[in-house]
Amino acid sequence: MILQRNILLGGALCCLVLAAALISFVWTPYDITTMDIPNKLQTPSAQHWFGTDHFGRDIFSMIMVGARTSLAVALVAVGIGMGIGVPLGLWAAARKDSWADDLIMRGNDLIFAFPSLVIAILITAILGPGAVNAILAIGIFNIPVFARLTRAGALPLWQRDFILAARVAGKHPNRISVDHILPNIANLLIVQGTIQFSLGILAEAGLSYVGLGAQPPVPSWGRMLADAQTMVSFAPHLALIPGFAIIAAVLGLNLLGDGLRDHLDPKIRVVRT
Amino acid sequence: MLRYTLKRAFSLGISLIVASLAIFFVVEVVPGDPASFMLGLNAQPDTISALRAELGLDVPKLQRYLAWVGGMLQGDFGLSYTYRTPVTEMIGDRIWVSLPLALYALTLSTLIAFPAGIYAASRRGKTGDMTVMGATQLGIALPNFWFAMMLVLIFAINLRWFSAGGFAGWDKGPLAAMKSLTLPAIALALPQSAILARVMRSSLLDVLGEDFMRTARAKGLTRHQTLMRHGVRNALIPVLTIIGMQFSFLLAGAIIIEQVFYLPGLGRLIFQSISARDLIVVESVVMLLVFLVILVTFFVDLAYAAVDPRLRTRT
Amino acid sequence: MTLLSIQNLSLSIGITPVLHDVSFDIAAGEIVALTGESGSGKSMTALAVMQLQPEAATTTGQIKLSGADLNDLPESTLCTMRGNEFGMVFQEPATALNPLQTIGQQVAEAIQIHDIMPKATAMEQAAAMLTRVGMPQDLFPLTRYPHELSGGQRQRVVIAMAIARRPCLLIADEPTTALDVTTQARVLDLLKDLVQEFDMGLLIITHDLAVVADIADRIVVMRRGNVVEQGPTKTLLANMQHPYTRALFEASSHAVDLPPAQNDPTPILTVRNVTRDYPQPRLRMFAPRAQLRAVNNVSLEIHQGEHVGLVGESGCGKSTLTRAILGLEPVQKGTITAFGHPVGPTMPAAQRLKTQVVFQDPYSSFNPRHKVSRILAEPFYLIKAHQTGAQLERAISDVLSDVGLTSDDADKYIHEFSGGQRQRIAIARALITRPELIIFDEAVSALDVSIRAQILDLIADLSRHHTLAYLFISHDLSVVRTITDRVLVMQDGEIVEQGRTAEVFANPQHPYTQSLIEAAPVLPTIQEASHVPA
Repeated sequence: MILQRNILLGGALCCLVLAAALISFVWTPYDITTMDIPNKLQTPSAQHWFGTDHFGRDIFSMIMVGARTSLAVALVAVGIGMGIGVPLGLWAAARKDSWADDLIMRGNDLIFAFPSLVIAILITAILGPGAVNAILAIGIFNIPVFARLTRAGALPLWQRDFILAARVAGKHPNRISVDHILPNIANLLIVQGTIQFSLGILAEAGLSYVGLGAQPPVPSWGRMLADAQTMVSFAPHLALIPGFAIIAAVLGLNLLGDGLRDHLDPKIRVVRT
Repeated sequence: MLRYTLKRAFSLGISLIVASLAIFFVVEVVPGDPASFMLGLNAQPDTISALRAELGLDVPKLQRYLAWVGGMLQGDFGLSYTYRTPVTEMIGDRIWVSLPLALYALTLSTLIAFPAGIYAASRRGKTGDMTVMGATQLGIALPNFWFAMMLVLIFAINLRWFSAGGFAGWDKGPLAAMKSLTLPAIALALPQSAILARVMRSSLLDVLGEDFMRTARAKGLTRHQTLMRHGVRNALIPVLTIIGMQFSFLLAGAIIIEQVFYLPGLGRLIFQSISARDLIVVESVVMLLVFLVILVTFFVDLAYAAVDPRLRTRT
Repeated sequence: MTLLSIQNLSLSIGITPVLHDVSFDIAAGEIVALTGESGSGKSMTALAVMQLQPEAATTTGQIKLSGADLNDLPESTLCTMRGNEFGMVFQEPATALNPLQTIGQQVAEAIQIHDIMPKATAMEQAAAMLTRVGMPQDLFPLTRYPHELSGGQRQRVVIAMAIARRPCLLIADEPTTALDVTTQARVLDLLKDLVQEFDMGLLIITHDLAVVADIADRIVVMRRGNVVEQGPTKTLLANMQHPYTRALFEASSHAVDLPPAQNDPTPILTVRNVTRDYPQPRLRMFAPRAQLRAVNNVSLEIHQGEHVGLVGESGCGKSTLTRAILGLEPVQKGTITAFGHPVGPTMPAAQRLKTQVVFQDPYSSFNPRHKVSRILAEPFYLIKAHQTGAQLERAISDVLSDVGLTSDDADKYIHEFSGGQRQRIAIARALITRPELIIFDEAVSALDVSIRAQILDLIADLSRHHTLAYLFISHDLSVVRTITDRVLVMQDGEIVEQGRTAEVFANPQHPYTQSLIEAAPVLPTIQEASHVPA
């Protein structure tokens, strides 16, 4: 029963955030680019569900559009991580202990020595801040996560007899990776992908907060928090609401990930840092 | 054991060399000419060439790299372009904020996570387990800088137990300094401890299913004795990995948290340097952070061997 | 004098009944063997006696040890009794010891938790106990870690822990199943000696009826949670009452009706002076790597329609040789030729089809995400024409009926089949290309005796109807004896003896073969007189 509760609750939260992001493309309660100084710093009310910020902009609308930024950055970053990490992991596992395997795994270790924030700092120092750089930084950091996971999931499978049978049939290791390994680690990847997605949202918020992520006028939850910081003593809702939005999205994805894990294969171990 | 240590030390050295090459490449080669990059669009040609001379950009890249690394080995990180002071001094002041903060947070995180994880595993499926797991689920979802803002709101602004920011300085005595690091450390530690507690729990549950745990029960050990004497140490190996990775996250996380609390640490330094386009400082601080992370990985490797005799004899 | 008395023990986990009205007794100094196939509930009975059954289990009935009913005792009392009055030895010595503690610490712990004493005294006692089980201090000091010991040595440490407090009852759950046959014989001898010396009761759980007949004073046969028959070994063997017991014993000593080998002079497989080394990890950073010689100068030939066996203990190089013959691994020296062409990763598709393989583990042999039809089509991978269409469908349905399954089974996933059925599918996968040579790599070792007998019959049947040669690799002498015409004995990477199966078994020449045959427990022949109408 618990499994279903996790999936239901997590799925509901995720759908909520996703819906907010999608609807914001066609409709938001207020236009977030127009300022309305007379109505600034209002607390939540019937007109402004989540209140207004120091420029009088509607926070509910900003949260909706901010969801777009968060999801897009995290999704593309996971895509980069999976798209590059999974093939690398499969490649390395198929050639365990060869120089190629060594090179890939040492390369992974090296990237791990640069926390995603440090990568972002380096990229920003050279290319300047922006959402694309945030995507790159989080994406690069995701590569070793998926490469290691894929390799770790694939190695025990390579010991299984059905792989030997495929080799007896003359299949090339790459073909075996696609035919036999990938379908058997799909669950693992789906679950970890959900978790990385949630970590991506957290990382994007952190980068935007310190000014290394999305730049104005693109709204983002992290920057809303940065703007709110000086006003937290007299307008706490400015900080509370984006925070709750982040928590809802991350919690939703984590619950979904755990629920999927329990549903698909309880033996899967998720890596979190 | 000595052979193992030497091997790890060897790979530590290789990692450092490769990491320094990567940083040098990104900072000094990718932007083309660092001097004109640092001075911006409106710089006069003669200022640029003066800076080029000062930075020693006229010599070949390999020689520059060797000079940079050679300087670092002697503790000389060069001269900050913006502040005209040795980078070593600037780092020296600030690392005594960032490093204690990360260690403080790591200690807190471990102290919270171990008992919570062990308790949850020993109460598997029961109310205690559910409660701890629910709490960690929430803890993982907390953005640490937001949590830090909430701590400031509650404990500094409303309750006035702590100051909202700033650093007392070590010269005011260790207690005062630690006090100004306490809220930041909690903000960093709680989300990480949630992760660590979950790893501890699942690792322990894995060990509980092992045959030797049944053997221990057959000897006459109680469930609790089995867990503490045979379970925890065996569960420690995956936990150590996570602790090592967390240290690098705490260091990086400290950079953000320093912004919330206006702490004069490496994070502040690096952001100031980025806006001032002071590549010398950025390069040095990044190298220092990476060095610390790699060093921790090395110590984690040694810790594995201390825990697991199989590693000591093999290779 | 009755030591342990189990009466009407029933156990269910959730709503699933596992044990039903199990009753038997053990006297001091007596060895009782609990036997049956997998799922018969024999291990659960042992765990129930230890009171270590899963938490979700509900237990009824009585387990009286020296008068006290263990089912009624509180956990704290049981903790003082476990290891002290009754101890247990488990099946898998590889995982039964804590890898992070020395053997001395682990044996001493078993002593110290029951009797407060200085650590040094406990260590002394541990040393004495280890010496008693054949682990003398000069060879195996207390500071050894489990990973530095072999399987048999680890099992001795586990036994030392279980008997360290001289319990009156010892329970051993498949204590020798994971061990090689010669090691098994020595561990069984040790257990017999200990029973005599300590006047212990021993409850030994094993699926191996030859071991049962060899060691037990009394036998308890279980099936699906019920005791179907029990009695003193001699009486029970001479006069089996229950048809299941008889079926079990017959299946264990099952002899197949093997068609005579054709005497074709041209070999289809020739292995000549093959050597395969594996590089070992470097001992020092720049030292040259040591080489482990897994296969050493092996030569053999298999002729058309011949049934050849290969026996040897674990680590003797059987698996490496198999992989080399299949062209999966390069060899350092020598040549392997099959059907006139050299064997290797680049051999042509047509040649690949002629040699197929059946693996040991019916659970790891198939990709769980593929349907049977896709699994069976895989051997045709290199021959595109075969991969689709009616021709393939016909081949699949033919081969499924060959192995006793139906063409409907092609659309099922592998988890819908039992272990025996899976092994039939494994044989079907090997058979679908109509090969001339099949390698059976421990192909029946993971199966229960009754299923094993059926699969052996199937193999004999197939070789009667097809021109089929096979190489049957096994550690089980009794199986090799019945399913092969010619046998090779392998030790430490070398073939030490070969010849006609009957002759080698009757008159082994090499000392290693002699010790193997000597160590293997034998089933007594069941007398015809015991056949009473059911």
